[in-house]
Amino acid sequence: MSALTIAIEADGLTKNYGDLIAVDNLDLRIEEGEIFGLLGPNGAGKTTTLSMLATLLKPTSGTARVNGYDVIKQPADVRRSIGIVFQDPSSDDILTGWENLYLHALMFGVPKEERKQRIDQVLRLVDLQDRANDIVKKYSGGMRRRLELARGLLHNPRILFLDEPTLGLDPQTREHIWQYIENIVAAEKVTVIITTHYMDEADRLCNRVAIIDHGRVVALDMPPNLKAKVGGEIIKLRVRPPRLDSLKDLDYVMSIDQSGSTLVLTVKDASLHLQEILSKIGEVSSVEVRSATLNDVFLHYTGREIREDSGEGGIFERIARVRSGR
Amino acid sequence: MGELEGFYALWYREIKVFTREKSRIVSSLITPLLWITVFGGGLGSAVSLGGVNYQVYIFPGIVTMTILFTSVFFGLYIVWDKKIDFFKEVLVAPLSRTTIFAGKMIGGTVDALMQGCAMLAFGLVLGIAYNLVGLVTSFVFMFVLASALVSLGLIIGGNMESVEGFQLITSFLIFPMFFFSGALFPINNLPSYLLIFTMLDPVTYAVDGLRGALLGASQLPILLDLMILLGFAAVMVAVGTWTFRRIK
Repeated sequence: MSALTIAIEADGLTKNYGDLIAVDNLDLRIEEGEIFGLLGPNGAGKTTTLSMLATLLKPTSGTARVNGYDVIKQPADVRRSIGIVFQDPSSDDILTGWENLYLHALMFGVPKEERKQRIDQVLRLVDLQDRANDIVKKYSGGMRRRLELARGLLHNPRILFLDEPTLGLDPQTREHIWQYIENIVAAEKVTVIITTHYMDEADRLCNRVAIIDHGRVVALDMPPNLKAKVGGEIIKLRVRPPRLDSLKDLDYVMSIDQSGSTLVLTVKDASLHLQEILSKIGEVSSVEVRSATLNDVFLHYTGREIREDSGEGGIFERIARVRSGR
Repeated sequence: MGELEGFYALWYREIKVFTREKSRIVSSLITPLLWITVFGGGLGSAVSLGGVNYQVYIFPGIVTMTILFTSVFFGLYIVWDKKIDFFKEVLVAPLSRTTIFAGKMIGGTVDALMQGCAMLAFGLVLGIAYNLVGLVTSFVFMFVLASALVSLGLIIGGNMESVEGFQLITSFLIFPMFFFSGALFPINNLPSYLLIFTMLDPVTYAVDGLRGALLGASQLPILLDLMILLGFAAVMVAVGTWTFRRIK
């Protein structure tokens, strides 16, 4: 720990909106070179946290240092040293990909003699060099994300913030974006902070994950360690009628969650004990054993699931809605 | 240095958008051309004012109208920018808000000026004899008017959350500013209820100034027109800068 440099350090970071506490006394240490995930349901305070770290929002109280700069006292230094890719598309669709990058280079003070070379470099990193001169309107959703990834990197930031990087993309495109993010980290040696409500995304990409709920960090560790904290594997049963009493004396059953005839058990060494459980529980019509996921971790800590059907809609549905109001 | 490049970037963007969205340019010229040819031509067949044909008389007013609509709507468009989050990308840049405002404002002003020039070119068809002093004076008036009105649009747009209010602004701000301005009628001998609004409308002074510069038919001293318009522009730019500092 001591040999590593701290990229982000937050102390008691808090944001209130009237009575609503969006972010509640958050402490974080993020090391340089990590892919760090902020995982939680919509409204948990992830984007608010990100916005405060990126100096887009002023914290109500507490403070944070980003790349050694204070977010309250040195916002301009913070901004120059970070890149952000927003949740919603933020490229100009009337301009070409190249022009979007050129504008960014001008606004973020990339020195004139480096501009063209650096633009080519980031375009190659996301495989858009052949489409650079097409108008962004003609890009697919995935290409647009890639362009914005490239743009976030253009001014050589030491930290890249990605706010829900694959929101609204189809599974195949998401897989591609993940690969690009991994390539970027390898090629650019940049620290990446991701907010997401997709547990598979956090699991796949992040070295460490902070699970956030109601503005608080409820758990923070590497994904395998988080899953280990659930304390076993998950057994899902359909039983009619479930005899819950029979499980009470079994010390390897860590938790029981019942909804109607469906039981979800967390069981230590599930494969060893499955037989015994099945013999005691009642008339079982289906059974499923799987290892714990980050969703189970979230359930374990909060008693709720991260809902995948967020109701927010994809980014492009939202563009369509905005468009129609044009 | 950084601020100057940022300013250039914002301006560059507006010019690119302007030259690429040709349909926008054409459609914004259609309405003024209809006013000139149909309204001006129709009424002009029976009426002449200030020693010239009515069609020619309202020409400076219609040039002003073109700039009025283009400028205010350009400013309002940042509501749209905010929606598609492109504006967010600008707001996170390490640039001062004054620079962002100035870049937007000059970008829009140049847009409006180009439209104004397209209208002036149409004046040749009407047989208006331009002279150099008149043209230069018109540019000054058009520039000051456009910068004031783009700022006004940016102020409103900066405080708006959705595009739903556009219709209201058109009905309660842009059209009244146009109709009260004397674009379509001389401002001496007005009934007093009309005169009050006309004198309060800053666009009046642009119409009068342009009428003086292009036709030699102003009803107020041109310098007074310019002073009032400059004052209006100064207030709008100041309030606009202040508005941009407050945007989160």
